[in-house]
Amino acid sequence: MSVKNSFKEEILLEVKNLQTAFEIDGTYYNAVDNVSFKVKPGQIVGVVGESGCGKSVMSLSIMQLLPKGIGKVKSGEIIFDGFHLENMSESQMNKIRGKDVSMIFQEPMTSLNPVFTIGYQLQEVLFNHMKISKKEARQKSIALLKSVGISRPEKIVDEYPHQLSGGMRQRVMIAIAIACQPKLLIADEPTTALDVTVQAQILELLKKIQKVNDMAIILITHDLGVVAEMCDEVMVMYAGKIVERTNVDSLFYNPKHPYTSLLLGAIPKMDQEEERLSSIQGMVPSLINMPTSGCRFANRCPMAMPECSTTTPLLAENEEGHEVACLQYETSKPREEVR
Amino acid sequence: MLKFAFRRFLGMIPMLLLISIVIFTLARLMPGDSFSGEIDPTNTNPEYIAEMREKLGYNDPLPQQYFRWITNFIQGDFGKSTRFKISVSEVIKERLPNTLLLGFTSILITYVLAFLMGMYAGRKPYTLGDNLIGTFNYLGLSIPSFVAGVFAIYFFSYKLGWFPSNGSIGIGMKEGTIEYWLSRFHHVILPAFVLAFLNIASYTQFLRNDIIENSRKDFVRTARAKGTPESKIYNVHILRNSIIPLVTFLGFDLVSIISGAIITETIFTYPGLGQLFLQSVGTRDYPVLMTLTMLFSLITLIGNLVADILYGVVDPRIRLD
Repeated sequence: MSVKNSFKEEILLEVKNLQTAFEIDGTYYNAVDNVSFKVKPGQIVGVVGESGCGKSVMSLSIMQLLPKGIGKVKSGEIIFDGFHLENMSESQMNKIRGKDVSMIFQEPMTSLNPVFTIGYQLQEVLFNHMKISKKEARQKSIALLKSVGISRPEKIVDEYPHQLSGGMRQRVMIAIAIACQPKLLIADEPTTALDVTVQAQILELLKKIQKVNDMAIILITHDLGVVAEMCDEVMVMYAGKIVERTNVDSLFYNPKHPYTSLLLGAIPKMDQEEERLSSIQGMVPSLINMPTSGCRFANRCPMAMPECSTTTPLLAENEEGHEVACLQYETSKPREEVR
Repeated sequence: MLKFAFRRFLGMIPMLLLISIVIFTLARLMPGDSFSGEIDPTNTNPEYIAEMREKLGYNDPLPQQYFRWITNFIQGDFGKSTRFKISVSEVIKERLPNTLLLGFTSILITYVLAFLMGMYAGRKPYTLGDNLIGTFNYLGLSIPSFVAGVFAIYFFSYKLGWFPSNGSIGIGMKEGTIEYWLSRFHHVILPAFVLAFLNIASYTQFLRNDIIENSRKDFVRTARAKGTPESKIYNVHILRNSIIPLVTFLGFDLVSIISGAIITETIFTYPGLGQLFLQSVGTRDYPVLMTLTMLFSLITLIGNLVADILYGVVDPRIRLD
């Protein structure tokens, strides 16, 4: 490990030119279009954007959990810890899922199987990846429940999901996800379905576990407050593309893409009295109506220029460590023109 | 759960009383009585018939007749079959093992085939295999059992000679020997298959659709994210959820095991309770008819109770108390 860590630019996950498509009436439409990014070990990367921007599809692509027969990874590479996930067979993936990469989902109410006990569902992931006796597995699952802040774990372990509250269930989901101490946790809107006080607790818990296990987290959310609190780096996604990527401070103090600025402007401010909350006009285009050329945000953008609807901006570094895809910046103009 | 079962048992008593009144009234509403079927009216002195009617209490007021019947019935005296001239309980006791054998065999066939086909079709929907199973099932649903029965006899008994076409036992078999049981089993297979044919269809399609529905649920995605192999996801996570609605069928199955199959038993002249029931309607054998109907009602109520209790067993979200 120590030898490995001595490399400064160690990369845990690298996604290159990922394209994930969904089949609608016989044609494939890209829900995630040419997305590339890197995650370093122990880093928390936030992914923000409106609903329908491809955040969840991107995370399901990494896990190879896309709904079968409907969605598929069309092209691109997903390199996790040196392995190419996009070429892996189902059984090879099963050795990695839950062990090295795990995932927690938005809906804690339905994410657990209603007819099995909490203990069974927790121990399943242990049995999948470890040689462990039943007794050990039970002890370990009780310890895990305790570590995610569930009181009376000896009792909860024999209870069924319907006997627990939403927050408790999400804690159980986290316990399942961290059971094998994965290197990467993908959290797909883990707090969206929970009420505000519980949200804070869950985030606190994730942060704590991240520190203890030194695992990387990809946190998908549309709550910028969560991003500010948790993340090291942030990617802003719009309509299947990354439009801005930077560290969390410069995102909030120096947003470069108009979409990011508008998202930040839509956060309600407690210290100002506002009649109406500001919002971004229009909606994310659906997969079928996606513009084929130009910036996909052009028709909603207040700063749109004529070339925005014809020239596709590139995601490129504008300042050090700050990438943006908007034609306002010279760096985003297609290479030929820059030259 | 025990308390629940006990309370439900108590609740069955008024229900059964009500059923007995209905059964009795309906039986008496049927035209004719046991004499009209058994005695040649041209050859018998009408005065004698009238005298016998009076003696057997057929002319008493209906409530009085009912109370006489129900009092005896509760005490376990089901009366005497007017046709067989022996007590009803003996007639039923003679037929019951045949019916139980047929019922269990057919249920066994149904469950094994329906689960195999349903699980396959649910796991691989819209494939060739699923479509073949679907076609087979729609055939099963659309062919009435009397047609299927006749066809089965024609092909498997008459043409191929694999199975006997009627009866429940070969002639001259000694009870208790291995040959005796083999012969009984040999006789029961064909009617059991015909009986199962229709059930298999509905069970399979039901299971298939439920598996497809459950395979889209969030908990399946969670199981995948845990690295659980596909076969375990289907055979444990999904199946365990999909058998919950099937428990409703189980209650009905219990009834059909006992009540037999009227049409199938008649076609195969299989001496079970279903055939007995039909015959006793034809010969106006009221004691047998009413006892059987009461028995079937009781079994139906118990079947429902069993299904309700099983719901609590298979689905932890349902609490019985």
